[in-house]
Amino acid sequence: MWHRKVRTVALCAAFVSLLTTLVATGAHAEYGDVVINNYSDTAGMRPVVFPHWFHRVRFRCKVCHADIGFQFKAGGNDITMLKIIDGEFCGACHNGDIAWPVENCALCHSAPPGTPTQVHESTLQKLVSPDSSEPVSTKKPAEPAAATTSEK
Amino acid sequence: MSMKMRALRIMLMIMLATLYGLSGVGDLARAEAEDSTPQIQRAAKVNTFNRLLKPPSERNLPPAEDGIHDPTSEGTYLLQSPREAFDSLPKSNSGNRVDWVKALEEKYIEPRFDRFDPEKKPMVFDLNIVREVKGSMPDVVYPHKQHTEWLDCSNCHPAIFIPQKGANQISMASILMGEMCGVCHGKVAFPVSECRKCHSQNKTAEAKN
Repeated sequence: MWHRKVRTVALCAAFVSLLTTLVATGAHAEYGDVVINNYSDTAGMRPVVFPHWFHRVRFRCKVCHADIGFQFKAGGNDITMLKIIDGEFCGACHNGDIAWPVENCALCHSAPPGTPTQVHESTLQKLVSPDSSEPVSTKKPAEPAAATTSEK
Repeated sequence: MSMKMRALRIMLMIMLATLYGLSGVGDLARAEAEDSTPQIQRAAKVNTFNRLLKPPSERNLPPAEDGIHDPTSEGTYLLQSPREAFDSLPKSNSGNRVDWVKALEEKYIEPRFDRFDPEKKPMVFDLNIVREVKGSMPDVVYPHKQHTEWLDCSNCHPAIFIPQKGANQISMASILMGEMCGVCHGKVAFPVSECRKCHSQNKTAEAKN
């Protein structure tokens, strides 16, 4: 009886230490995954994860970056839900016609709350620095200009 | 009491096992689990092989395990796993580990050029620009062909590159900072670790002297 209790406590400790290890290993998401957190956190929604890989299988870069007008900069596009439902930005396809419609909130708003705007695994984010040992979810944006608008 | 404890223990064991599976720390970590002496755990952690690199077991993870999607959100579990999508695509050594240019050339994927019209084809422009580089690295050959398969002229010209010979100053420093070629390469197009993909034309003997 008594040493069962001890073993349970030991197991609990091991569990907690494991959780810490897991968090410390950081993110292993795809190259080019973009997190957009311009307004999400303040609106009480999860930030958006945009998977470039999924979209480039189906569309060439030109469709979003020339026809629809997305700037080549994470956080550099002033995307709001109003614009989306009016057919701008994501709403140009996510309208129930070309792709699934906007009422599937959780399919885009899927990052842990507080995740900063970033291009996952971008050159600057991957540089080996003291900063990069922190988990991505709590890290300040590694891209110095991530929050500013696109430069011309 | 004993039933409750047993249930608790089994639950913990399952959580433990799942977590090890998720963390993908590999054999070393699994060895740590068997030997719970804290000293061994510390030593193993600091001396893991290539501690700053991502081992193959941690590549192309499903969204719930990738650290950037919230595993507590139900939407996360509806998203496609990259492994499932990449399985049939040609491989590369960097980025998503997919050779996207080859995948397009050989029609492993057929991404639309127009969001409404699946038949619309790009206007491919086959012109190589050779840029002689100052250092010892081979010269850069820039192929318009592969770029115009994906992009529109207006994506690069004139905002990023002035369409005029000698008008663009390009340095690796600016590329690393996400400018010029670095607007895409190092973020979504193949990363800057693939030096030879751009620096592909060896300097001639005269040029070297």
